[in-house]
Amino acid sequence: MADLVVAPLAAPPSRLLAGLKRGGARLRVGAALVAILVLVALLAPVLAPHDPLEQDLLSAQLPPAWMHGGDPAYILGTDSLGRCVLSRLIYSARTAVTVALIAAAFAAIIGVALGLFAGSFGGWVDQVVSRSIDVWMAFPPVLLSIVLAAVIGAGLTSVIVAIVAVDWTRFARVVRAETMVQLTRDYAAAARAIGLSRAKLLRLEILPNLVPLLVTLLAVEMGIAILVEVILSFVGISVSGDTPTWGSMIAEGRQIVYQAPWIMGFPIGCIIASVIGVNLLGDGLRLVLDPVQRS
Amino acid sequence: MRWGEIIRRLVLVPPTLFGVAVVVFVLLRVVPGDPIAMMIPPGASEADIGRLRALYGLDQPILQQFASWLAQVGRGDFGRSISLRQGVSGLLLMRLPATIELALLATVIAVAIGALVALTGILLRGRRAEWAVDGGVGVLLAIPDFLWALILLLLFGVLFPLLPISGRIDPQIDLDLYSNFYLIESLLTGRFDIAFALLHHMILPALALALPFAAIVARLLKASLVEAEDQDYAQVARARGYSRPAILLNEVFPNALIPTVALGGVQVTLLLGGTVLVERIFSYEGIGNMAIDAVINRDFPLIQGLVLTFAVMFIALNLAVDLVVTLLDPRLRHG
Amino acid sequence: MTATLAIDDLKVAINDSNVLRGVSLEVQPGEVRGLVGESGAGKSMLGRAVLGLLPANAKIISGHIAFEGSDLVGMHEAERRNLLGRRIALIPQDPMTSLNPVKRVGAQIGGLLRHHLGLSKQAAFARATELLIEVAIREPDRVLSLYPHQISGGMRQRVLIAMAFACDPSLVIADEPTTALDVTVQRQVLQLVERLRQRHGSAVLFITHDLGVVAKICRSMTVLHAGRVLEEGETADVLVRPRHAYTRALLAATPRADRPADTLRPVPPSLIEQLWADARRLDLLGPARPA
Repeated sequence: MADLVVAPLAAPPSRLLAGLKRGGARLRVGAALVAILVLVALLAPVLAPHDPLEQDLLSAQLPPAWMHGGDPAYILGTDSLGRCVLSRLIYSARTAVTVALIAAAFAAIIGVALGLFAGSFGGWVDQVVSRSIDVWMAFPPVLLSIVLAAVIGAGLTSVIVAIVAVDWTRFARVVRAETMVQLTRDYAAAARAIGLSRAKLLRLEILPNLVPLLVTLLAVEMGIAILVEVILSFVGISVSGDTPTWGSMIAEGRQIVYQAPWIMGFPIGCIIASVIGVNLLGDGLRLVLDPVQRS
Repeated sequence: MRWGEIIRRLVLVPPTLFGVAVVVFVLLRVVPGDPIAMMIPPGASEADIGRLRALYGLDQPILQQFASWLAQVGRGDFGRSISLRQGVSGLLLMRLPATIELALLATVIAVAIGALVALTGILLRGRRAEWAVDGGVGVLLAIPDFLWALILLLLFGVLFPLLPISGRIDPQIDLDLYSNFYLIESLLTGRFDIAFALLHHMILPALALALPFAAIVARLLKASLVEAEDQDYAQVARARGYSRPAILLNEVFPNALIPTVALGGVQVTLLLGGTVLVERIFSYEGIGNMAIDAVINRDFPLIQGLVLTFAVMFIALNLAVDLVVTLLDPRLRHG
Repeated sequence: MTATLAIDDLKVAINDSNVLRGVSLEVQPGEVRGLVGESGAGKSMLGRAVLGLLPANAKIISGHIAFEGSDLVGMHEAERRNLLGRRIALIPQDPMTSLNPVKRVGAQIGGLLRHHLGLSKQAAFARATELLIEVAIREPDRVLSLYPHQISGGMRQRVLIAMAFACDPSLVIADEPTTALDVTVQRQVLQLVERLRQRHGSAVLFITHDLGVVAKICRSMTVLHAGRVLEEGETADVLVRPRHAYTRALLAATPRADRPADTLRPVPPSLIEQLWADARRLDLLGPARPA
């Protein structure tokens, strides 16, 4: 029955290729950075020269290999416990990507679900969801995530819950608005006239149209997830003690920043590269998908 | 008149604060985590724990705790911090001025930078350099305040050690001041040496807080300027022989300011929220720095006091922004 | 006697399509010339070309514009800004959007007077008050202290007219100043323009699509279509003895008090098509772009 309904189609492949060109430098650079990040995370055991947890107290606080006093065995130096900075950076990337993907996915699922409900059912469902969004957004996100993580206790779960709790509203608001707009379009009315149930309508017509928007939001969400994880691990309430994270490296590095600035410096560089990469990717995707959507 | 609405908003403040207090109070006691357990030394006896608990009133039913807390607050007493063992009111009063000064300085810097960038951007309108300005702002937007804090700390505190990276002021300086508003008081009383020393410590954290907000201001203001410059009255002004910079400054800017303040003004609360991490990174003795430890230690009285303080500041800021918008736009005054 | 405004064979294009196709027009000192044409004929573009305020994507391909003998097209920006608002002035079309909403009326008029005439604050205020009296605004003191949204549309148009004549300009370009107003207010505005013109001795280029307005206030007129001048002359002549078919058609479509309404004829589409075809043929003949 669905093929009888006239609906905006997903773009044919040739259109997509032209669209990819539209993304321009942003898309290319962003995609490259994100690809590097994901690859590093996946290939961590292969890439890391040392075990990130292995301590070598005799080689503590060694500067990077190219600086005076450096050791070529530890390319980027070591921290206070003699652990290889490069290896820790690589494994931290793994944590960051894991958290980012899972948290973004959950935030998307919850946010999209609530947004769809609010947008398609309207009435009091919409009111409840919208008010919740308003109240939720009134809380300062940093404080909220810290409170949540502190409350639930250390661990991957609490980090993910904190991120999802802070940012599901991002998806919900946008999806709700788009759903309402789509439902007022002619094709939706036609579909209902034919007898498509609301659920089917959502699944077959509206969701596919939301996909481009969601892809962009997911990219942004991953950037936010990375940052929140950094904050939480900096403060000390992220994944359990031993797992290397950029945030905990920064916290450690802050204490000895005059003596060994590289311990704090390198994780910062990684975070910036990741965040910029994810943002550029999101920007580029928006440029690619937006005009296709509208035409 | 708009003033009626502002009065109505003011009247709504106490109930709002009440609501916030209730939520925080309940939330803290409902979720897991025992503050007493966090602060007792190992090996304390059951009796000791019991006594401590009674001291902080945590053995009473929730409603009773809330009632007695409300009564206390009514007298201006916010109770006693469990982790720091001092009066919460005293702690707040001691540290709040530091945060307010930091936030003020950051806002001033952000507005200045943002306005400069926006005006540059619009002067370059249509030229290729405009793309560079827009791109720069985009990058600024991507990096959050705490990252800026870390970057600035590394760059100007360690690699090029120009500025201090912790504390509010050099501990060796003799501070002969009346209030805790060190910067404001020293400026007002002409003690520029102290003010200078304070600024030395404040400039990096203030800059870290300011940059994301500056990016928001720059983007908003430039978009508003572009839109306003295309309006009829700006075009007609060209027919009167005014130069483009003069038109931008005299005719367009006052109009562009309105949507900028309206939309961007609320974002100042984000700046305030950023003090939590930035103060921590720079070991700056404000209330933001206290917040993290308070939460981790489940220090209920302190958390309650902090949350209420932040809530009051947020509400005050929102009201202030609305006031400023009303002042800027005569159409709102006469309706 | 040097014409106040002399436009000679002006060709203007936007992107690649021609908007003005060799327009020639003259306004003598103290003359009120009407520029008539339907929307899209190029009237406003002509006004903007004279003021030097063409949009960014528009270009003067060829032709001359001279103001009191001086070339306007090649003029230095600073010199042009000296003329604009002072010796050449504009009465804009939409009074609701042509005044700055966040500045008081007095500040806007005063700013103009101080910028061009170098008056002191008090002198500017006094002169602004006089100007408002000239445009028949009662309680000028009060109006000067008000914001544009606090006064009516008709009053705003009068303020704009006052600002146009404020520095005794030689030429006033009135860009459809009556289009956005209702009929009763239109008449007052026309009277005002005529009165001020006489008092300040200005020439007026009156841009409009309304032949009725032209008949009331313009001594001479030019008919524009598709960026070409189809007919021009003394208004009395042109309206009584129109030579071009288009002018005749326009007249037939204009309601008149001395003619029953059922004699109105819309301008025949075939005529319009013919004229556009002529215009395009003209484009193909001569070079449309600079060499």
